[in-house]
Formats: sequence, C-alpha cells, structure tokens
Amino acid sequence: MVAQLMEGSEAIAAAMTAAGCRFFSGYPMTPFTEVLEHMAKKLPPVGGVCMNAESELEAVGMAWGAAATGTRSATGSTGQGLSLMQESITELSLARLPVVVLNMARSQAEYWQATRGGGHGDWRRIVLAPMDVGEATELVQLAFHLADRWRNPVIVYGDYYIAHTYQSVDVQPIDFGPLPENEWALTGATGGSGRARLVSPLGDTKQRDDVGYDLADYYRRVHAHQVAMIEGTEALVETGHLDDAEVVVVAFGTPGKFVRFVVEELRAEGVPVGYVRPITLFPFPSTVVQAAAQRARVVGVYENSNGQLVDDVRLAVLGAAPVEFIGGLSLDGSAFGIGPEITVPEIRARVLRLCESAGCVPEGVAR
Amino acid sequence: MTDRLLPILPTDAPPTEPARLVDDFTPALIDVGAHNLCPGCGEPIAMRSVMEVIAEQDLMRQAVAVFGIGCYTAFSNNLDCEVLQALHGRAPSLATGVKRAMPDTVVVTIQGDGDMVNEGLQEVVHAAARGENITCVLLNNGVFGETGGHMTATTTLGQRTKNSLEGRNAADHGYPIQMAALLAGLEGSAYVARGAVNTAGNVSRTKRMIEKAVDVQRRGLGFSFVEILTMCPTGWFVETEEAPAYLDGTIAAVHAGGVLKDVTST
Repeated sequence: MVAQLMEGSEAIAAAMTAAGCRFFSGYPMTPFTEVLEHMAKKLPPVGGVCMNAESELEAVGMAWGAAATGTRSATGSTGQGLSLMQESITELSLARLPVVVLNMARSQAEYWQATRGGGHGDWRRIVLAPMDVGEATELVQLAFHLADRWRNPVIVYGDYYIAHTYQSVDVQPIDFGPLPENEWALTGATGGSGRARLVSPLGDTKQRDDVGYDLADYYRRVHAHQVAMIEGTEALVETGHLDDAEVVVVAFGTPGKFVRFVVEELRAEGVPVGYVRPITLFPFPSTVVQAAAQRARVVGVYENSNGQLVDDVRLAVLGAAPVEFIGGLSLDGSAFGIGPEITVPEIRARVLRLCESAGCVPEGVAR
Repeated sequence: MTDRLLPILPTDAPPTEPARLVDDFTPALIDVGAHNLCPGCGEPIAMRSVMEVIAEQDLMRQAVAVFGIGCYTAFSNNLDCEVLQALHGRAPSLATGVKRAMPDTVVVTIQGDGDMVNEGLQEVVHAAARGENITCVLLNNGVFGETGGHMTATTTLGQRTKNSLEGRNAADHGYPIQMAALLAGLEGSAYVARGAVNTAGNVSRTKRMIEKAVDVQRRGLGFSFVEILTMCPTGWFVETEEAPAYLDGTIAAVHAGGVLKDVTST
C-alpha cells in the first residue's frame, strides 16, 4: 500500500475501521468532532453504524449496547464530555464489556480521569497515549485488541494536535494475535434454552442457580479479573539516552514528542539528559522510571496540566531522586490545548533550567 | 381461625400421599416463579405479560430485554430471555446500540417511571423521535417504589409520597408528565398505548398492547411504547387489597388508558 497524507482524525477513523470497529457513537465537541465526521463517512460502506448521539450519555450507552452484541464498538469525546460518560465507563468495567473510548483532549488535565477513572468504584482501564498521528493509527488498533482480550474498556488519550495534524500514514490492519471467543455476546439466540445470556454490571449468575445477584461475590470476581489484566498487560514505554542521563524528563503524548526532540537537541550539545515517554499511562511503566531515577540527579515531569502525571512519577521514583514539575497548562484563548507552551524553545528553556539546577550543563550551551 | 381452607397436616408422621404439583403458573421464560417483590405489586404481572408475548410470538430466540433500575430489576437475572442490564435511565440508548448493531433482534426495554421519566427522560424521547425500531415499556406506579415511596415525575396531584406528605401540589412540586401523550406527539413514534394491570380485564388489554407494539417493531414501522400502570401498595402506603382501586382513583384518573397512536390503523 501507499502512504496517504491524512488529517489525524481521518487516520484514527481509518485505523478504527481497519481494526474491525463497526459501531461508533459520539456527540460533537472539538477536537473530537472530526473523528465522528470521518466515522460517519467510513462505517456505512463497510456495513457499520455511526450514531450521532443526542448527548455523551447516550453516545456511551449506544456503544454499550452495540458492544454487548459482540460488535467492536467505540465512542469518545474530549475530557469534558468524558466526564459526562464516567458513570457508564466505570460500569462498563463491571459489565465486562469491551468498548474503546477516545479522549481527543483539550489538554493533559484528564490524566487522573483516564488513569484513576473519573467515576465511582475501583475499576481500572488500560490507557494508551500516542505521541502523533502515525502512532495513533497503531495504538487505536491495539486498543480494540486489548479491550477484547480483557473484556474491559480501553481509553485512547489523544489531543488537538493529533486530531488536526496532517501526516503521511499507511493504515493497515494489524494482527495482534488470537482472542478468546466472545460466547457471552447477546444475539437473542440463547433465549428459551434454559441458559439465556445475561450481560449486567450487577453480576452474571441467574436466580435458577439459586444464587441471584450476589454483588459481593461478583465484585470480588471482577477485581480478580482486573488484577489479571493489570499483571498481564505490558507497560509500553519509549526511552532515550537513559544510560548516562543525569537528568531525566518524563512526558507523554504530543508534549512527549516535543520533549524527545529537545532532549536529542541538548544531547547533541553535550547535556547529559534523557527521556522517558510512557505510552501506556495505565499500567504505568514504573520500573523503567524507577531505574532511570536510580542513576539521575533529578527527574523532571513536563505535562500540559497543573501536575497530574507527576503523581505517578513520584510513586515510581519512590524518593530515589528529586522529582520536579516543569509543565503547566498551555492555553490560548480557545483553551483547546494549543497554547504557547508547547513549543521547542519554551520546552528547551524549561529542561535546560532543570539541568542547570542539577549542575550538569556544560559551557557553551545556548540558553 | 375457623375459615381455614386447608387442613393442618400432621407433622408427627410421614405424609400418606406423595406431594403433587397442583399447577404451575410460572411462564416459560421466567426461571423462578417466586419473587421477593411486595405482595400486591403490579410489576410481576407486567413482566409476566411481556415474557408471555415473547414466548407466544415465538421470539424467544431473537429477543433481548434491556432493563433499567428499579424493583423490577429483580427479574433481570430471572429470565430465560437474553438480558442486558442498563444504568438508571439509560435503557433506550443501550437498546439502540443492540438494535442498530444487530437488526434481527427484537429489543424490549423495561423501565419504571423513576428510571424513564425522572432520570433518563431525554433517552426515551430521542429514541422515539429517531423512530428507533425498539419497544419501550414503562412500568408506571407514580412513585419510587425501590427507595420506599418517593415522588416521581409522574406522581399525580394529591398523591401522597414520602416527599409530598400532604399530597403532591402544583405550587411546590409542579405537574406530572404524561409520557404516553408526550411520546405520541413525536413523529417517530409508531405505536403508543397505555394499559394497567389492576384488573383481569386490564391485564388482557395490556397484553394485547404489548403484542401490537412488538408486532410494530417486527414490521420495522418505528418506535413503539407501552405504558403500564402498576400497583405499589407499599409505596402508596395503602393496604394491598386497596391498591387496584387506589390505582383507578389516582394515577389512572390522570394517566388515562387506551391506544394513543397506532400507525397501522390508518
């Protein structure tokens, strides 16, 4: 195949379609809107359904219903819209339904929402954070695989840049290996058999088993399943120059790509700095961050929020090195997360200040 | 206790005759005949009617029931019909997802008035406006039965609830929403009817409404809706045997029965 120049939203829609997604529901909200537009174009020709839901609550509800039939389903919004969906997203973990949820975010201030779950209960979800359009086309496909593998929602954390940047991509279906049969999916076919299927966040046992809903038993079993998911999921991470890094900078998503560029630039000028870019925000690549911190004088965290990722970095570092927050909200008047702080000079200046505080900037490096 | 109908069986010796089943009133698609709902509750009768229609129309191999949250949720794991459990108020959007992803299914939602009219009003309104090819059933008793008798959006003026102790009054609590009338006014609805289960005649009429609604769905004619007025003596604070008459005098007086819309009859 030939690579095509595509807007990120279209590339994500193409990747979801290639992954076998056949149901998508959403409510317009920038910068999620264009993904919805492209799914509305791409799904009908392949026999899929795209619903223009009347609210975020209905969007996630529709995806819930479609997922319950075993159809690969996705929904999404921005972080604000995802706030409205949180009740359903958390209960989707209890109903054990695979739904991919896109957060085409306006900032990185939904790190807690994504990784802790903004809703009630203890339930966790795998969170994938691409740094650019090309990586997004792979990670959204992985998201469907992981959702089916663990029968649990998966969050893909994108942003305005990924939604609207044009990049040359060749979207091909990726085979991630075999998946368990979805014998649990509702089709109507088991009615009257004496063992009609039940998909419920309250439990999976029938009264004819003389059990009924035993919430305590069910919650314990879902928890055991979640533990298996967390332990069985490889934390994905990209690192650079950690072998002799005296300063380590942690960043994810689009800012992670900017940090990577700045680190490469500073390395070329002799500054002993390295980077860690978590690709799965949950499970968090704690062992990689901990190992990097063991050799470092300071660990910096750059993120476009008032400091959320920094919590997980501190938990991973466990005091092995000081952890400094060097990020902050990056806002223009639109508050779409496309502000003045996500630039190479700005990020370079912040990383360099951190390196200076650690006393490891050689003479002659441009400030 | 001279009017006892059955003799007291002696327990100091084994019975002389083996136990025998006199009759089994459990419908085919209900797993366990006993339930823990209050005596006099109308919801089991309504559930039974829906399940009987699915069985009698030979739809048991293609039916998916989507449940809301209320006392009737006790039946969501007691059916030999496939069930998808929704959150409070959200059954119509889940039903939409099921039906759109799998158009050969027959999808029926079960919601109470607290679920459908309070928590999730916009869900059912939009499903009706879209002409979504599903059947939504509203079990309306004008009260939050599961929480112990609190006012809902269909509670009628004068009706006593735990948070309208002197009876609902318009000045403090506003007016009840008449769901069937509201949905009948939308272009996307194809069949809208309101029945009740407080008398044998009403149970029969209501079952015919459910049959019609499911038939409309099978023929792909659009959104179908059956509101069923159900007794809740516990939540109404009346004696069990008074509840059918109380239903007639309070909620049925406002939420009047009948077929409000039927596109097949024109």
